[in-house]
Amino acid sequence: MARTIAIRVVLGLLTLLGVSILIFAATEILPGDVATAVLGQGATPDTVRVFREELGLDRPAYIRYLEWLGGAVQGDFGVALTNKRDIVKTMSPKLFNTLFLAGYAALIAVPLAVGLGILAAIKEGKWIDRTANIVSLAAISMPEFFLGYLFIFFFAVQNRWFPSLATVYSSMPLDKRIYVVAMPAVCLTLLVTAHMLRMTRSSVLAIMSQPYIEMAFLKGLSRARVIFVHALPNAAGPIITVVALNLAYLIVGVVVIESVFVYPGIGQFMVDGVSKRDLPVVQACGLVFAAAFVILNTVADVLSILVNPRLRKPR
Amino acid sequence: MAEGASKATTDQVLKITDLRIESIHGLVLVDNVSLELKRGEVLGLIGESGAGKSTIGLGAMAYSRGGCRITGGKVEIDGVSIRDLSAEGRREMRGRRIAYIAQSAAASFNPAHKIIDQVIEMPVKHGIMSKTEAKAWALELFRALDLPKPEIFGERYPHQVSGGQLQRAMTAMAMSCRPDIMVFDEPTTALDVTTQIEVLALIKKLIHEYNTAALYITHDLAVVAQVSDRIMVLRHGKMVELGDTKQILGAPRTDYARALVSERKEADHLSQLPKVDTAHVLEVTNAVGVYETFVAVNNVSIHVAKSETVAVVGESGSGKSSLARLILGLLPRRSGSVKFNGKELPPALKERSKDDLRRIQFIYQQPDVALNPRQTIAEIIGRPVQLYFGRSPAEVKRRVAELLVEVGLPEDYAGRLSTALSGGQKQRVSIARALAAEPDLIICDEPTSALDQLVADGVLKLLKKLQDELGVAYLFITHDLGIVRRIAHRTAVMLKGEIVAQGPTAQIFNPPFHPYTERLISSVPEMRTEWLDEVLAKRRVG
Repeated sequence: MARTIAIRVVLGLLTLLGVSILIFAATEILPGDVATAVLGQGATPDTVRVFREELGLDRPAYIRYLEWLGGAVQGDFGVALTNKRDIVKTMSPKLFNTLFLAGYAALIAVPLAVGLGILAAIKEGKWIDRTANIVSLAAISMPEFFLGYLFIFFFAVQNRWFPSLATVYSSMPLDKRIYVVAMPAVCLTLLVTAHMLRMTRSSVLAIMSQPYIEMAFLKGLSRARVIFVHALPNAAGPIITVVALNLAYLIVGVVVIESVFVYPGIGQFMVDGVSKRDLPVVQACGLVFAAAFVILNTVADVLSILVNPRLRKPR
Repeated sequence: MAEGASKATTDQVLKITDLRIESIHGLVLVDNVSLELKRGEVLGLIGESGAGKSTIGLGAMAYSRGGCRITGGKVEIDGVSIRDLSAEGRREMRGRRIAYIAQSAAASFNPAHKIIDQVIEMPVKHGIMSKTEAKAWALELFRALDLPKPEIFGERYPHQVSGGQLQRAMTAMAMSCRPDIMVFDEPTTALDVTTQIEVLALIKKLIHEYNTAALYITHDLAVVAQVSDRIMVLRHGKMVELGDTKQILGAPRTDYARALVSERKEADHLSQLPKVDTAHVLEVTNAVGVYETFVAVNNVSIHVAKSETVAVVGESGSGKSSLARLILGLLPRRSGSVKFNGKELPPALKERSKDDLRRIQFIYQQPDVALNPRQTIAEIIGRPVQLYFGRSPAEVKRRVAELLVEVGLPEDYAGRLSTALSGGQKQRVSIARALAAEPDLIICDEPTSALDQLVADGVLKLLKKLQDELGVAYLFITHDLGIVRRIAHRTAVMLKGEIVAQGPTAQIFNPPFHPYTERLISSVPEMRTEWLDEVLAKRRVG
């Protein structure tokens, strides 16, 4: 088992390495480079050349990649081109904000989705099952910005219950922060619940038709015990996987929601970087997103191995 | 319950009156069946699939599977009508007063929990024993059931023990509440014969020791003969005949029961088969086949002549199917040779010519899975005709009709989907598909083991008829020695990837035996009620 887990972790690291190459290559093949971007179209070829040498852009790509990667591994993404500030320092609070929002949404969404999923499976075909399915499907089918503006319209403009802008600052007390960020968090919850709910429902349902569930009923066990003790542990694998994917989405996919609520997260930061052609910033954000994805999925894989006695205890 | 009470006590523990179970579409699955069970008595329920045996067994627990419901009748356990109880009341009865033992222990144990936790769950949750008491009782049962290292056996997960051990553990689980009644639903069908005999003996011992009443459901008359006092023969959800075991076996009163009995008896006789050509169609010499590091086929030599049937017998995991895969080119051959019509065949499937492929066909165990559910019968059978012989659509159509008639199916089945057919009909389609390629050799991998006795009999007769007419050779893989006796000219016995005995069937089935062959043969239940006790007595002496 230790071997299986080690292989998962190594594969995760290799994936990350592959992604770092892709990110670097993608920013490399963009037309023009940082020098022309910073100096603008009016720059003479000479100034561009001098600036390129100054930035080290005249050296071969692989050397620059290795330098970049070496720095990234040590937590150094260099400085932003536009304002010459250290990227990690600028990014950290924004990353914290994003993680805060993601964690906030996850704390609501995961128990809600898994709980409703189990409930829907138990009450298959009954009104609660249908309602949960329709509502969650409707929520996921709506474009997220539309959902965001609907929220602002109803809860911030019509009824002044919440602020329309989720402005946070580092010294903000926790209770205030929770209040301010509530709207985007609920918005995100609605977006990720459907997927997790449906997966939970279908994996629990698949397990409920197994012979050992019938056996559990024939043993005269209560319904609750059959579901929680006999069905759930076997349905855990797929549920963990889909939860991890959605947690990753909460970190990576929040760009639009952050924009709608003007929330100072890492998504906003990346969008700014792109619009200003600040490539080191874009690269750094890309790598952070990739790392979030890979780490969460690797953790899910390892957990799935741990909850499966066939993998945990070989013959 | 009164332990050690004599078998003669007359008190009735289970009484089912006019039980009626229907599917939600109104199909009658169990049609007014009544039965009674006394303490310590075993009633065998026998019949083919669809006879409603399991449905009655579950009905005795007032349980019906999804898609069916109990629509009438009374089920009384110790005088309490359990259909009149609340859901909670029924739940309390299940497991505690009446316990169920399923066919597949592997599927009925929860893979996520240790065996001991599942065994003691019932008494603890029903509140009749503390955890420690339940564990002590489980240990006693594990001992009684001859489980290896009973003290630590329960600490394992279901996937860590063998099928026979798991089946015994399930019996222990059913006994954990010391129920009055046990429902055995084909408890040994999924086991190998040599394992079946052990489990059967232990079940019998346990029932007697604790004076438990039992419903014993099976399709195998010889098995039920060993354990039951009375037998009820069922067909299409109706009772056909009910009587003492000896009477049913010796002098069945109804035609259907007679057919079942004589069919089963026929399996014990050796058929006289005509002599065959000596020209070898298939010749395998010293073949070795390996899955990664596991040697599945070890130094096997076997040959099949024109219009000859060679049976390969052995228990699960003995390498029978691997040998078939090796011949077909699906399992890589490490060494040795496979000659077909005197010509060496390349080890791998993709290196073989289209003609090589055509000449060896294959019939699978599960016709349900082997036929594409989205294709019509005409497409399934017509494909090889078109592929190997490149006939025109009209000729393909004619040939399909011909083949259907040949395998005993109506011509107008051509337009149907295979899903609309019964198991036996599907297997006939598989045979027609194999024949369509006009092969020299057909490898049959347990082609009748998923079928009911009488249906299987029809398929075997068809295979024999086709051999007489077309001269096709069969390599017939099976675990059923009855089939071997009836159809095989020669027999090879496999054990752990090797052939331990090989020769004309009559020779294999008569002394002197290879020890393993003897064990295999003596483990096949016979249609005598004393058989099990005799075999066990003999083995104890031996």
